[in-house]
Amino acid sequence: MSPLIDARHLGRTLAATVPVTLVRDVSLSIEAREFVALTGPSGSGKSSLLYLLGLLDRPTAGTLAIAGQDTGRLDERARSELRLTTIGFVFQFHFLLPEFTARANVEIPMLRLGRLTRRAARARAEELLGGLGLAGHFDKLPEQLSGGQRQRVAVARALANDPPLVLADEPTGSLDSKSSEQVFAILRDLVRERGKTILAVTHDLGLAARMDRRLELIDGGLITDDRPGAPDPTPAPG
Amino acid sequence: MRLLLALAVAHIRGRARQTLVAGLGVALGVGFSIAMAALMQGSQDDFVRQLVDTMPHVEITDETRAPAPQPAEAAYDVVAFSNLRIVDDRRGIANPTAARARLEAWVPGTVAPALVTQGVARYAGRDAGVTVTGVEPEIEERASSVAGDFVQGGFRSLDAGGDNVVIGDGLAGKLGATLGDTVDIVSPSGLSRGFRVVGLFHTGARARDEGEVYMALRTARILAERPNVINRIRLRLEDPDAAPAIAARAEAGLGYKAVSWQEANEAILEALVIRNFIMYTVVAAILLVAGFGIFNIVSTITHEKARDIAILKSLGFAETDMRRLFLIEGLAIGGAGAVLGWAIGYGLCLALGSVRFEVPELGDATRLPLAWSPWHYAISSALALGAAGIAGYLPARRAARLNPVDIIRGAT
Ligand SMILES: Nc1ncnc2c1ncn2[C@@H]1O[C@H](COP(=O)(O)OP(=O)(O)OP(=O)(O)O)[C@@H](O)[C@H]1O
Ligand SMILES: [Mg+2]
Repeated sequence: MSPLIDARHLGRTLAATVPVTLVRDVSLSIEAREFVALTGPSGSGKSSLLYLLGLLDRPTAGTLAIAGQDTGRLDERARSELRLTTIGFVFQFHFLLPEFTARANVEIPMLRLGRLTRRAARARAEELLGGLGLAGHFDKLPEQLSGGQRQRVAVARALANDPPLVLADEPTGSLDSKSSEQVFAILRDLVRERGKTILAVTHDLGLAARMDRRLELIDGGLITDDRPGAPDPTPAPG
Repeated sequence: MRLLLALAVAHIRGRARQTLVAGLGVALGVGFSIAMAALMQGSQDDFVRQLVDTMPHVEITDETRAPAPQPAEAAYDVVAFSNLRIVDDRRGIANPTAARARLEAWVPGTVAPALVTQGVARYAGRDAGVTVTGVEPEIEERASSVAGDFVQGGFRSLDAGGDNVVIGDGLAGKLGATLGDTVDIVSPSGLSRGFRVVGLFHTGARARDEGEVYMALRTARILAERPNVINRIRLRLEDPDAAPAIAARAEAGLGYKAVSWQEANEAILEALVIRNFIMYTVVAAILLVAGFGIFNIVSTITHEKARDIAILKSLGFAETDMRRLFLIEGLAIGGAGAVLGWAIGYGLCLALGSVRFEVPELGDATRLPLAWSPWHYAISSALALGAAGIAGYLPARRAARLNPVDIIRGAT
């Protein structure tokens, strides 16, 4: 079976008077049911790489296959469809829709996909939120929730359409140690019990150490990949 | 779709006041357009009704469309003639009784024959040129608009014994004659006869009130020295709109020129078409201006909600979804405005309808003519929705193209 993520020589350069390279020559492949940490100093391009893998941005170099599909060949609509069904994205900042309740925020991707009835979508949203310790907060607006609660709503929303792949950008970044332990446990259970594949950015090396595999970025290039048998990542030149 | 609607409602609610202003802009545009259309249509209907009422719907004269062939043409094989002497052929409609009967067989309406000649009316040393129309009083009463304009007497008064005439009150004033006086009428050939005034009418059209006299067909023939002749057949139809078709058929059947009221007033009716065109241009312009309000609010929302757009796109919404979302927002504001505009338009019409004008010359007060038509509502709201659609689509297209990461990078 082809890997869930298969990136070859992926690069992203912002065109400007002085071009800025956010990601340079990243090759990596992630199999189903892996629990992978992405680390690196601030400004090293972790978010930028995650946007590329999450099809929110287009690479300026290299190729990317998600679930066996060459994403370079997909049009805008097909990429949207793939995001909708295959990828759950948790932003570094929660990014909930401010006008909608926690429950409605989780329902939206399900309603867009249209596989569930309204009633079923509602039930699933409540189940997901409940599973993340948010029972009793269904009808609150994002502004009425704490940072950790919002982040968990965002996790629930990423899981709404039951995607095989979850990309999380510092899901525990703005949380205290207790909440971040909670979110970490949730992510780990998703991999262990629900068979998800998770790539999570984290600054917390303690948490990273407890994950299956660690990727380290510096200056946009991949310098460490401790997966057993992984090809030596190409260090960034210069 | 319901999901997009819910998102649109959330956006619009977040900008309630600006949305209200934009919606009100559309509502006022639609409302004034409806009121203006009602007034324009009403005054036009009023005008046309007067036109139709005061003239025969079809007038058949003893002329032909093509000039009559010269008698010489039949006799000589030549290309052109000159210096022909005019023969006073004392025309008229041939076989008047048969012609009338043929028309009466199929024309849905009244067939009124007449003999029209010129004359001079004299009374007490004063005289005035007049058009003398010989009519059949009983038919004329049904066929002519003058029948409703009598101040004293009526067409039926002509049936009384002796030589009688009905004249306009303007002519009566000019001559100084009143009801019961005997007025002399002189024919073009110089024949003079005395006629007793048995009726006075006031049509409101000065030329008619001062220049028209009616008498029985029988006496008109004597005055004109043209026994058994008629030179006009006027048709008053149940459906005035059918006049052109009926005129064409009558002309084909009789060979005489038959002119419908539409043909006689072609220039005026053309002017009305132009007037309507101008009106709808103005309506479209008003609603386009209202569209700017919508453009403004939808643009503002797309800027304000750029982050929401990025979030929705990151969740798997496609560009088409985003385009639709903002198009819906524009159309929703436009649609709500249009519905409110119906109410405003209806209210304006009621208000305008209750305005009364005192025109001293006419005596009684008149109201503004207003026409009610669902088309006014439909057309103005269709134009409003069109403007709203364009106004929503332009920012929607731009917003849909936004790259979510650009927004997210800017926001963090
Ligand atoms: N719009 C932009 N124009 C120029 N440079 C940019 C732009 N956006 C990001 N960068 C640069 O790209 C690099 C990578 O940014 P990115 O957000 O991916 O880093 P990160 O590893 O996620 O950092 P952090 O840990 O702080 O979230 C940074 O050096 C940043 O300054
Ligand atoms: Mg980052």
